[in-house]
Order: sequence, then C-alpha cells, then structure tokens
Amino acid sequence: MSILSKFAPLRQTYDQLRSVGQNPFEMVFEDMLSSTEGIYRGKKTILLGTNNYLGLTFDEACIEESVAAVRAHGTGTTGSRIANGSYGTHRKLESDLAKYFNRQHCMVFSTGYQANLGMLSTLAGKGDYLLLDTDSHASIYDGARLGHAEVVRFRHNDPDDLRKRLKRLANEPGQKLVVVEGIYSMLGDTAPLREFAEVKREMGAWLMVDEAHSLGVLGEHGRGLAEEAGVEADCDFIVGTFSKSLGSVGGFCVSNVPEFDILRVACRPYMFTASLPPAVMASTITALRRMQEQPERRQRLHENAQRLYHGLRKLGFAVGPQCSPIVSVAVPEVPVAVEFWNRLLEGGVYLNLAMPPATPTPSPLLRSSVSAVHTPAQIDRAVQLFETVGRQLGVLPPAVAPARKRAPVASAIPAHAEVAMLASGGAR
Amino acid sequence: MTETLQNTQAEIIEGLKEILKRPAQLDATTNIVRDLQLDSLVVMDFIMSLEDRFEIVIPLDRVAEVETLGDLARVVDQLRGRN
Ligand SMILES: Cc1ncc(COP(=O)(O)O)c(C=O)c1O
Repeated sequence: MSILSKFAPLRQTYDQLRSVGQNPFEMVFEDMLSSTEGIYRGKKTILLGTNNYLGLTFDEACIEESVAAVRAHGTGTTGSRIANGSYGTHRKLESDLAKYFNRQHCMVFSTGYQANLGMLSTLAGKGDYLLLDTDSHASIYDGARLGHAEVVRFRHNDPDDLRKRLKRLANEPGQKLVVVEGIYSMLGDTAPLREFAEVKREMGAWLMVDEAHSLGVLGEHGRGLAEEAGVEADCDFIVGTFSKSLGSVGGFCVSNVPEFDILRVACRPYMFTASLPPAVMASTITALRRMQEQPERRQRLHENAQRLYHGLRKLGFAVGPQCSPIVSVAVPEVPVAVEFWNRLLEGGVYLNLAMPPATPTPSPLLRSSVSAVHTPAQIDRAVQLFETVGRQLGVLPPAVAPARKRAPVASAIPAHAEVAMLASGGAR
Repeated sequence: MTETLQNTQAEIIEGLKEILKRPAQLDATTNIVRDLQLDSLVVMDFIMSLEDRFEIVIPLDRVAEVETLGDLARVVDQLRGRN
C-alpha cells in the first residue's frame, strides 16, 4: 500500500487519456514563437487556449523593461516582503494599479490563486459568512477552505437566489462577503453584476469581484465587469491576476475600504511566500501602461471573439450563452471530446479540454480563449478545423457531401473522468 | 429517532426519489455518492434544493461530514432546529 494508492482511480483515468493520444494535462511545447504560435512535436501550432487576451507576452516594451529590471535588481527577491522588505518596484506596481482602478489601496500577491486564497481566508473570519457562486474558480473555493468562515453557495449568476440565502442569514451577526467573477472561465459568461450589487446594498453585505478574465477585456478603460456594469463603487474588493491580459504572473487586490493595509500583516498567503521578482513586476507595470495606451487591442480582441464565437455557432456547435473571448464548445461525451481535442491538435490548433466536474454542466468542453493578436486567418483556420473534425466525429451533422469515414472513437474514457480534478475548478 | 428527524429523513428520501428517476431502496444507511452513483454536480444541486425546501443554510463544512442519508438527515434536522 503506497501513500499514493488513493489516487489509483485518477491514475487509471489518466492512463486511459494517454492511450487515446496526447495527454491534455501534460503538454510540452518545444518553443514559443509568438503570443499565438508555438511548436508542438516539431509542428507550428496555433495557440487558442492561453488566456493571453491582449497578446502582451511578446510586447517589445514589456520585454525590454523586464530585461532591464533583471539586470538592475537581480533574478529574485529571495523572500517575503514582511521578512526581506519590499523593493521600490513593489510599491510602484501597487500604486500604479491603485491609480488605474481609482482606489486608495492595493496589495500584490505572487499569483492570482494566492490573491484569492489570501483575501477570502483573511477577510472572512470565524462567525462570518462567505457566499460563493456555485461555478466559482478553484482558487475561490480553496480560499474559502483555508479560512474559518462559514461557506454558503448560491446558484450560478442568480441574484435572487443570493438574496434568498442572505435573508436566511439576516439574523446571524457575522459579516457577509459575496464573491463573484467578472467572466467565468469555463463558459465565458459574465455575472449580472448590477443586480448582485443591488442585493449587496439591500442586504448589507460586502462584495468582491474576481476580474481574472475580465481585466483588460471589459469596460471602457479595461477595468473589468465592475466598470462595464457601472457599479465600481459597490465592489468593495476587486481581485485579479497578471497571468492573463497582463502577460506575466502575480495577483492583486484593490479596495477603498479604510485600513485595508492591516491585511499585510494578517494575510498569510501574502506574508509567508516570496514576493514577485523584479523582471515580472517590470513587465507587469509596462503591460498595464500598454493596455491603457492601446485600447485598440481590446477592440481587436472583441472582433476576434465575435469571429470565433459566431463562426462556431453558425456551424451548429453548442457554444456558451454569451460572446466573450472565452469560447467553449460543449461536446456530449468525454471520449468524443478527447478525440476531438486530439484531432484539433493534430490539425495544428491547441486549446483546452475541460472535463466534469470542473465544468459547470456534465458536458466536457473544448475551451478556446481568443487573443487580440490572433489574425483573422488563424481564427478562420480554427473554425474550419472545428467543422472538419465536428463532421468526422458526428458532433455536427454530415455536410451535404458526406465526409470521409474515420475510425470510430475509442470509448475507453469513463464518462465522468476524475481527470477534471487536474483542471481548474476541481474543488467542487 | 425523534419525530422531526424521522420526518426530515422521509422528506429527504422523497426529494431524492424525484431526482433519481429510477426505483431505489433508500434508507438511513444509503451512501449518497457510492450507492446512488450521483456525481458531485447533482449532489450539490440536491443539497441546495434541500436548503430551499427547509429554508435553511447548510454551510460547506457541514456537507463535508455527510456520507449517508442518515448523516444528511441529522445535519438538516439540527439546522432546522436553529430556526
Ligand atoms: C477566476 C480565476 N481566478 C483566479 C485565477 C488564478 O490566477 P493565477 O493564474 O494568477 O494564479 C484564475 C486563473 O486560472 C481564474 O480563472
């Protein structure tokens, strides 16, 4: 009996996935050519699942600033800000973010995951209540588990359901913190934030919005869903990540709540981990500036999103309820989804395979995320390949001239593969 | 078993039968995940429907202690008692 024996069922699913083709959870790219192309097994592959919304990972200015910072300040900070002190760059990054969001306070974290771990576990303490949307990201569930508050779920994107639950808690003395996401990472749907803000005001709760996928994507200035919905004043805390639109790594929280800074000596995922390295902060600061200087990136992002979303929808694929840079196609069965994903990769298009229970419904998803720097030709190529494979696998009805017959799909993967635990959202 | 606990359990079983859509022998010892082969999304939805049915809030850490229908009935019964 090994200490790892408990993972036998997961191992089995994992091995079955491998036997079908490439394993979507252990992809290695030999090279990255740009924000939208990499080399996989010697072949140029379109990257359509990397959350690189603005395509800033290869921005010249970001790279130059990053190189200059690593030369000037070294490769790492080798400790936490509490123990080793902050660099001027930590302060600048925080003040730039606070200014951009028109907030008084900002704290940066080493990842977005840690920002959620830190904020949720520290803001809501014993006797308090955390109200989470059922489709929340794993980092939100994990943050809730790390803390001592009571955790209550409400139905996805349902402000009335939230109101009902808050009413049941009306006589409980603790603080209530509601957490929602700007854009949900699996289907690309946005929260009805105006309505949530109304419930929050009515019931006297606090509101946190995770703008991980909406920063740089929504709002006139790219500040996310809170800006787009016109309810920034109701959002007490905004968390987000540098790992998507800003093309680096790290997380943050901005707020106007007085005395916010006390969290710096109370929030363990902030205190007990090494702080962001100089090169990462330099590129992030520059990316934040580029994002503001170049609103046309956001424009192109939405054009590309429309092109992919409507392209796939017109073909008859089951896309999400709303057009956004996250475009997911639901496929009825896991084995079909696995085969589909493999054939897309063989055809030179890489995207994400998400499986239940990481997905909001029992259907597995082929999840794409569009970038501002995808060319229309790249998007069209993806749509075309989707159509070809969709017809081969019977996900779409045959075209007028029937497609060439292909080998039947292996049905080796159990319908509710636990491999989903490897993908995001696995806490459910 | 107290009368309210018995009633709670009966109501839970009735609710489960609605979502199972197939005949099943359900009692206090039935293991919700193993015996009924329900996936986590369905269980979550069922728990939320119980919250609505009984007008209670079942915090996640209380859900974590539940394995059998009997466990679930006890948790719900306790939380009902708090109202
Ligand atoms: C909604 C949400 N929050 C937080 C995170 C975590 O971000 P990071 O990659 O910076 O850890 C992600 C990214 O996976 C996310 O989708």
